[in-house]
Amino acid sequence: MRLDQRLIAEMIQPGTRVLDIGSGDGALLDYLFRTRGCDAQGIEIDMQEVTRSVAHGLPVMHGDADHDLAHYPRHAFDYVVLQRTLQAVERPREVLRQMLRIGRHAIVSFPNFGHWQLRLKLLTTGRMPMTAVWNTSWYETPNIHPCTILDFLMLCREEGYVVEEWMAVDEDGERAPWRRSIRLANLFGEQALFLLRRRNG
Amino acid sequence: MVFPEGLHLECGFHLAPVQIAYRTYGALSAARDNAIIVCHALTGDQYLADTQPLTGKPGWWSRMVGPGLPIDTDRFFVICMNVLGGCMGSTGPRSPRSGPGADGAEPWGTDFPPVTIRDMVRAQKLLVDRLGIHRLFAVVGGSMGGMQVLEWAATYPDMVFAAMPIATSPFHSAQNIAFNEVSRQAIFADPDWHGGRYWERDAVPARGLAVARMMAHITYLSEEALTRKFGRRVRRDPYGDNPLSLFGEMFEVESYLRHQGSSFVNRFDANSYLTITRAMDYFDLGTEHDGDLSRPFHGTRTRFCIVSFSSDWLFPTSQARMLARALNRAAANVSFVEIESDKGHDAFLLDEPDFDRTVRGFLSGAAEHARIG
Repeated sequence: MRLDQRLIAEMIQPGTRVLDIGSGDGALLDYLFRTRGCDAQGIEIDMQEVTRSVAHGLPVMHGDADHDLAHYPRHAFDYVVLQRTLQAVERPREVLRQMLRIGRHAIVSFPNFGHWQLRLKLLTTGRMPMTAVWNTSWYETPNIHPCTILDFLMLCREEGYVVEEWMAVDEDGERAPWRRSIRLANLFGEQALFLLRRRNG
Repeated sequence: MVFPEGLHLECGFHLAPVQIAYRTYGALSAARDNAIIVCHALTGDQYLADTQPLTGKPGWWSRMVGPGLPIDTDRFFVICMNVLGGCMGSTGPRSPRSGPGADGAEPWGTDFPPVTIRDMVRAQKLLVDRLGIHRLFAVVGGSMGGMQVLEWAATYPDMVFAAMPIATSPFHSAQNIAFNEVSRQAIFADPDWHGGRYWERDAVPARGLAVARMMAHITYLSEEALTRKFGRRVRRDPYGDNPLSLFGEMFEVESYLRHQGSSFVNRFDANSYLTITRAMDYFDLGTEHDGDLSRPFHGTRTRFCIVSFSSDWLFPTSQARMLARALNRAAANVSFVEIESDKGHDAFLLDEPDFDRTVRGFLSGAAEHARIG
């Protein structure tokens, strides 16, 4: 399992109900069940991954963040996790609202568009930046809603979400996470990880 | 097994006695916690994994149920029962009429009370209780079997640890009721039908029942499957001389359907067909809940795995998704898989490796959560 997934798992209390949106190969679900005794379910858009996960005994349903969250009741889960997907959904603000409606907490990770390499590339070449993280052309990328860490913080403020925990990690999730200055994180963090709750939830 | 006390049916009729014909496979564990009920479809029977006595053919799911197979009888105790209203040994229209004035010789025929999917499940519960099983590890079934799975989970939520509704729907759609109605009309139109009292004349509405089966069989397949299997290939009639005559030669798909129709008549009773298709038509999980399909499942702790097949147009994925979302609204634990297949509705009975893996994986995962075997 990737380090950022392990960091997500550490944010989750044992024995809780978890929904992992975009559960992929189900690694996080499996880890949460085996090591933390969580009742963890997944939603995944790629049918092959769904079939593979279910064939491994993991509870995963076919669906996606934009269309399937509205069907769950309020506070159906203790945690709702969205890994590296926020930038690719149709309506990120609505997805966050749904996550914090159906879950008491939301855990969101996304690649940071404010990273210094992206800023420098745009400044020097005048073209859409391409890096190891942002590695598809603008006309092909599924990442239709990129944002920076500061952008995300602003949205949380507007929507009345409390940031319980945040950290910046590098793409491979190999180096230790960074949790001090958010401005520096916005410059040097390749991806960000947030644990949110609703202010009056 | 006979239950002299019988069953109070949803229609208000008290049916007694009730007989349930069943087969079991594997062994019940000492803790009695490894039982799986497999529910059969419209024209299925209890011969799940051993030879069907009338046809001499292997059981309808013998590729799925057995030692080492996805529903592993080395691990699980599998029960399959003929549905109430059926014609393979459970009480149905062909059973001797009971109640006041019955002579024990005349069958029910069309006077057999209308049964529902819930009645079928409540009849199955009689047998499960008699076997001393208080909790089922899983209930599995496709098509009408899937309706029974849903009814089990809705009616006895605390008894069902895991439920696998396959190629099914939370209610029978208008299109499917329409198909069933054409089947029934084909039977009624047969001169040998005799108002349902065909046994009195030693007759069987064979033509009507065969046409019903032929029509229904088309709905179990898909355009791709028919094209792959038969295309436009023609079989020459040795007695015909004009190649363009109406009756002279036959497309292979026609001869296949005729065979399906005629072999069906030998193993199925027309009045049972009417009773069971009606039960399917009545099925609607939302009917007692103002159409809210999630209410029957509120508070459920059952683990569900819904499976649909991409080319199934009788119970399409859209209906499976509707069911999945209803279960989401009930905050149930749901897996939902659409298996890529060109085999249509019947895919759940056929060789689909992804489906086999799904069944095996879901049951193993659930067994781990249930902490059994």
